Amino acid sequence: MSRPMTLGEKILARTAGRRFVAPGDLILADVDLCLGNDITAPLAIQTFYAQGGRHVFDRKRVVLVPDHFTPNKDIASAEQAKILREFARDQKLLYYWDQGECGIEHALLPEQGVVVPGDLVVGADSHTCTYGALGAFATGVGSTDLAAAMLVGKAWFKVPPTLQLVFQGKRAPDVTAKDLILTAISRLGVDGANYRILEFTGSAISALSMEGRLTMSNMAIEAGAVTGLIVPDAVTRRYVQKRAQRKPRYYTSDPEAVYERREVFDVRRVEPVVAKPHLPSNVVPAASLKDVRIDQAVIGSCTNGRIEDLREAARLLRGKRVSPRVRTIIFPATPAVWRQALKEGLLDIFTAAGCVISPPTCGPCLGGHMGVLARGERAVATTNRNFVGRMGHTESEVYLASAGVAAASAIKGRIALPREVRGRGWQRGVKR
Amino acid sequence: MKFQGQAHKFGHDVNTDEIIPARYLNTSDPRELAAHVMEDADPGFAGRVKPGDILVAGKNFGCGSSREHAPLALKTAGVACVVAESFARIFYRNAFNIGLPILESPPAASETSTGDRLEIDAGAGTLVNRTTGKSYATAPLPPFMQELVAAGGLMPYVKKKFL
Repeated sequence: MSRPMTLGEKILARTAGRRFVAPGDLILADVDLCLGNDITAPLAIQTFYAQGGRHVFDRKRVVLVPDHFTPNKDIASAEQAKILREFARDQKLLYYWDQGECGIEHALLPEQGVVVPGDLVVGADSHTCTYGALGAFATGVGSTDLAAAMLVGKAWFKVPPTLQLVFQGKRAPDVTAKDLILTAISRLGVDGANYRILEFTGSAISALSMEGRLTMSNMAIEAGAVTGLIVPDAVTRRYVQKRAQRKPRYYTSDPEAVYERREVFDVRRVEPVVAKPHLPSNVVPAASLKDVRIDQAVIGSCTNGRIEDLREAARLLRGKRVSPRVRTIIFPATPAVWRQALKEGLLDIFTAAGCVISPPTCGPCLGGHMGVLARGERAVATTNRNFVGRMGHTESEVYLASAGVAAASAIKGRIALPREVRGRGWQRGVKR
Repeated sequence: MKFQGQAHKFGHDVNTDEIIPARYLNTSDPRELAAHVMEDADPGFAGRVKPGDILVAGKNFGCGSSREHAPLALKTAGVACVVAESFARIFYRNAFNIGLPILESPPAASETSTGDRLEIDAGAGTLVNRTTGKSYATAPLPPFMQELVAAGGLMPYVKKKFL
């Protein structure tokens, strides 16, 4: 017996050793990759050893990325990072990166071809769902789940139902993947997809670059989703071919697959938006916030720290200065992005505009270091969360937006649209 | 599993940054984490919570990051059980994995106030609010989750099954 399945169900069926699965089934699945960072892995490593663990199940499938509080912000975080470093060395892990090579995990793993389409990935970081953009079932778990996966290579799941989000039509200029996903979270709510798989589809998704797709899948968790999948296509294959470190499996969703619900978005009507404090679902048109003054602009993160994001910001900042009252922090997500930005002259544009360039780190996004807010301060950020105290003091505020809106806001000193700062002849110059 | 304790009530969408802010995540020491539990939602909570107390919240409790430090900080601070209208997925599995009992009951969660005395029988699936006199049924645990709880959490379960 068989049944039509969605992409997500097919990956779960394969890894559970079954011909098919249906929503509600409880399965124990073989993970293709498990992942931890300098916040979550120390707890997992402690649990691993406490339970008598000696060797990880497969040294090629356990990945550690010390990206959150690195470069180490204090002694305590240095101790945490050291636990990872020693574990990686003792266990001879194939995938471990340290400073100079290390980047933000969810930008680094797709870029380095460590995660490939068709994978089942559990990561002790909620934004592990980012890899859904490649057609990999990737989901955030806790440290104990990671410890169990490191030990036996398995994770348990209740097969989730799938919600299909259909994005139809052409994006207007200045409307980015970030605006599409924020618009979707606004409609679904922060728990609207709780324990659901999101599957993004439609002509506007096909038209997105892999970088834009990674931005969308990255924020699936902000609607509560297990993962945010995109069925692989030619764009995926082009991206994967030159970097895959293992053989990809290109699954599609069957035409008769069962979806719990379908939501359709008319992309022609989506405009540049901003998520106001203190929930990612609190979304309004950026144009309605022109009187909101800001103290800091943050451009980077696992959501929007890839080269296209930096190009988008550089196109607006070229030949301009950021407002003297706005501290503008650019943090490229990986060393490769950093070097590419250097090569293209973007870092020169940023520094000439008065921005500061950070090494790759999660730092400011979670109020860790490298750009923490004081009481009463307000930031516009290309990151993914605007919870109370997320970027610093509990009385500070974070407004989530695209790189274009963040760059325009940095120049204006208030929330602004790209078109407000764009001079004539903007299409020329910086590479699109 | 039976619990009796005083309720501490919180609202909807309490996220893991409120349960344990990232600025304290440069350590995995449960006692240090517990000293800051719920700090960004209620700065006085860590000082007031007593062993055996019950945290009650609205929908989507524990949304946001995957940090297991969140249920760990609650458990170490003495919270015996969390009752909510609903839980975010990662918090839900983390709580089971580390053995922090959690129960879903929308009416019980919405009708409880801070200071109420609650009596919970997780096995029977009942919750009695001694202050208001009302009784509620809680959502039954799926059999697999009962197995996890009986084994004492995920790691003992995995060890028993695979090693």
